[in-house]
Amino acid sequence: MTVAVFFGCTFIAFGPAVALFVFTIARDPLRVIFLIAGAFFWLVSLLLSSLVWFITVQISNKNSATQQTGLLIFGVVLSVLLQEAFRYGYYRLLKKANEGLLALSQEDTMPISIRQLAYVSGLGFGFMSGAFSVVNILSDSLGPGTVGIHGDSQHYFISSAFMTLAIILLHMFWGVVFFESCERQRWWGLGAVVISHLVVSCVSFVNPHYQGSLIPTYIILSVMAAWAYLCAGGSLRNLKLCLTCKDKDFLLANHRPR
Amino acid sequence: MLKGLMFLCVLCSSVEQKIYVVLNETVPCVRLLNATHQIGCQSSISGDTGVLHVLETESDLDWILSSGPHPPYMVIMETAFFNRSVMMRMKNSSRVAGVAVIISKTGLADNFSPHTTCPNQNTGVYSESYGSDLANCNGTVWNPLGNGLSYEDFSFPVFALKDENQTQVLRKCYEDHNQRVNGSAPQYPLCAMQLFSHMHAVTDTVTCMRRTDLQNRFSINPEVLCDPLSDFNVWTSTRPLNNSAKGHAADESVVIAATRLDGRSFFWEQAPAAEGTVSGIVTLLATIQALYPVTQEAPPPRNIFFSFFQGEAFDYIGSSKMVYDMEKNDFVIDMNNVHSMLEIGQVGLRSGRSLWMHSDPVSRQNKSVDTEVSEEEGKLSLFSHPLPPSSFQRFLRARRIPGLVLADHNTSFTNRYYESMYDDAENLNVTYPPGLTPDEQLVYETDAAKSLAEVATLVARSLYLQAGGEEKNLNNITADPKIVNISVFLTASFYIGLGPRVHGPAHSVTRFVQYILANLTGTVTNLTESQCQNPSELSTENKDLFSYFWVSGPASVNGTREPFCVRASVRLSKAVSPAFELLEYGSRNYSTWTESRWKSIRARIFLVASRELEVMQPALVELTETKQKNISAKTEIMFIK
Repeated sequence: MTVAVFFGCTFIAFGPAVALFVFTIARDPLRVIFLIAGAFFWLVSLLLSSLVWFITVQISNKNSATQQTGLLIFGVVLSVLLQEAFRYGYYRLLKKANEGLLALSQEDTMPISIRQLAYVSGLGFGFMSGAFSVVNILSDSLGPGTVGIHGDSQHYFISSAFMTLAIILLHMFWGVVFFESCERQRWWGLGAVVISHLVVSCVSFVNPHYQGSLIPTYIILSVMAAWAYLCAGGSLRNLKLCLTCKDKDFLLANHRPR
Repeated sequence: MLKGLMFLCVLCSSVEQKIYVVLNETVPCVRLLNATHQIGCQSSISGDTGVLHVLETESDLDWILSSGPHPPYMVIMETAFFNRSVMMRMKNSSRVAGVAVIISKTGLADNFSPHTTCPNQNTGVYSESYGSDLANCNGTVWNPLGNGLSYEDFSFPVFALKDENQTQVLRKCYEDHNQRVNGSAPQYPLCAMQLFSHMHAVTDTVTCMRRTDLQNRFSINPEVLCDPLSDFNVWTSTRPLNNSAKGHAADESVVIAATRLDGRSFFWEQAPAAEGTVSGIVTLLATIQALYPVTQEAPPPRNIFFSFFQGEAFDYIGSSKMVYDMEKNDFVIDMNNVHSMLEIGQVGLRSGRSLWMHSDPVSRQNKSVDTEVSEEEGKLSLFSHPLPPSSFQRFLRARRIPGLVLADHNTSFTNRYYESMYDDAENLNVTYPPGLTPDEQLVYETDAAKSLAEVATLVARSLYLQAGGEEKNLNNITADPKIVNISVFLTASFYIGLGPRVHGPAHSVTRFVQYILANLTGTVTNLTESQCQNPSELSTENKDLFSYFWVSGPASVNGTREPFCVRASVRLSKAVSPAFELLEYGSRNYSTWTESRWKSIRARIFLVASRELEVMQPALVELTETKQKNISAKTEIMFIK
């Protein structure tokens, strides 16, 4: 549907994530490396789940609609579980790597904290997941037509873009919560991440009733955002100070070396 | 998002399938070029898109050309509106992205001929130096109903909609989204169509061939931009002629019987040409069938040479090539061998039993020519108008030989659909009683078939007499209406096309006529397949006099076929304009028609959304970006305990 829609949807989907990257990650090469490694881990999980999907589709009965629906649901659930499994695998790898990094570095403190790793790896997962969700759709949005000639909803492109935005940010929050839960051995936190991921993926089955899928996703996004903020060390007081612009006075009063 | 994939195949781009409906049957109008002009239609390289609008009434025309709020429009044109005035208004408007013409009989005007009023006026025999008062149709306008649309240059694509189901899809999309409600404009999203027919050649043949030559010389991967129109003429003779002996054939005096083999219309590869071409082909085939046995039993002194010329619609490609070869001594006979000529023009629409014979008044000023022609005509009164457009004119350009052109018209064509898509079986009044199977139709004697058989009998007898045969044998010469099984030809397309084709080096119609001739005039031999393909190894067979065809034979009851070898004196001769051999691409004497090349010709429909929706989305993004910067500046404070 022309170049305007293409750029619009691209910026909606990737804008915040790219802005986060540019302002918080791009300056530090170590963070960039861990981001890309995180993206790679997500990619491997997708590869495995797509292999399983491909094989099951080939051996299934292509004409039976119920079987295909069942297969789709199975594929989604399997993919979510594999992604979370790889997130856990990445966590273990990072723990091991951190010990090695500490030994190599000349400072006493770790060059990158586990919380920063959580954020960066979550964002890496998010980038790759977003790319695979939306790039195909974006390339079709370049042509002159829009979705709808067979009766589908016209808001396909923009809904996909908003969904992708939500997924990218969710992956980032899930990363933070997940790593924090693993550090504190709070297994119910892990379970909550997995379940919310499953819910967000499965709620897309109500499409094309986009309000039915986008609204729950954004509710979960806000909840996870708040939870991740708390996990990262934020509090309501800090937030109030920040938003009312009294932060400079506070810092001067409580200056501590970082 | 994932649910959408459910009912679609796993491997294809399902988003694209949600957006576009591809139209499978596309009949485009393509670009043709000659020495000085380009004609036909062209789209831009990435296709032309427009909002669909069906042109059914005059108010629709105003909507498209001036008042509609969503230009450019892609016009779906009802048959009644496909005429010169409407198309010229579309051509001059900037609000038309393309036209799709519905081809149907409902609403068809009484006449429609997209050809010019004076066909082939620059390459015929009449010019400033020969019969100048008859040149450029000053004497008789042959095609007064012609609107010349085929020879206009359109800068937007024009497609034809022949498939009724496809037209229905378009109409439904239009009715669902684009219909005006109570006179107010329709709301977005609107149904739109995109047509792709980008042509590589521009301006004229000289430019195109120059660029092709440059490509061939300097490019690693040369890209040809256009191809000359070419195919093959089919010829045969009652006495075999030695194909390897070119130039003057000793002791041969030949009467030529000719007709044309091609037609054209506004659209590419669509040329039913029933009255224009099929009537002539079928008559000549019936003539050959009637004449051949008698010429073998009681051979007349002169040889009779039958020729089917290809490409005559495009400035006499086939006949000019044959004349050129004859003059250059590159053909089995030359102009000195030619005694006289009889050509069969459009003979399908005879009213009553009248048949007109046209002769050239200028050459008849020569007494010997005049005598011959009078004998040919059998002492009927002559008319002093010019010859209609015919291959005979090219022979006259080379040598003043006596000749006649037979036609069903006197002054102007009776064919009201000359060189158009509507010159089909119905135009020829070929009708079958209801309930006949296709096989029964093949042998049914229609009135048209009987009429053409009468013409064929007349032609055959005249040819026999002209060749010096005896009158007593004339009663044995009768054409059988069953042989004139026209229905087979009425579904074919007679457009000449380009050189090598998918199913062999010649056009399918050319091949078909060649094989029918071999059937009618050939003899079955008992050669094996390898002998049939290399007959020169055998002493009894002569490759110079005959050609040999390995035929699969009729299907027997249990489905098997017994192939055999047929020997006939039927040959193909190349029909490409001499201008391309002489490399005179700007020639005024010979045909210089070329057809442009293209990459893809296709059409698809989809919905388009409003501009406002498109622009709104980037604006949303700006908001998010600015917020981001603010927040990152405050990370210190936000995460301190």
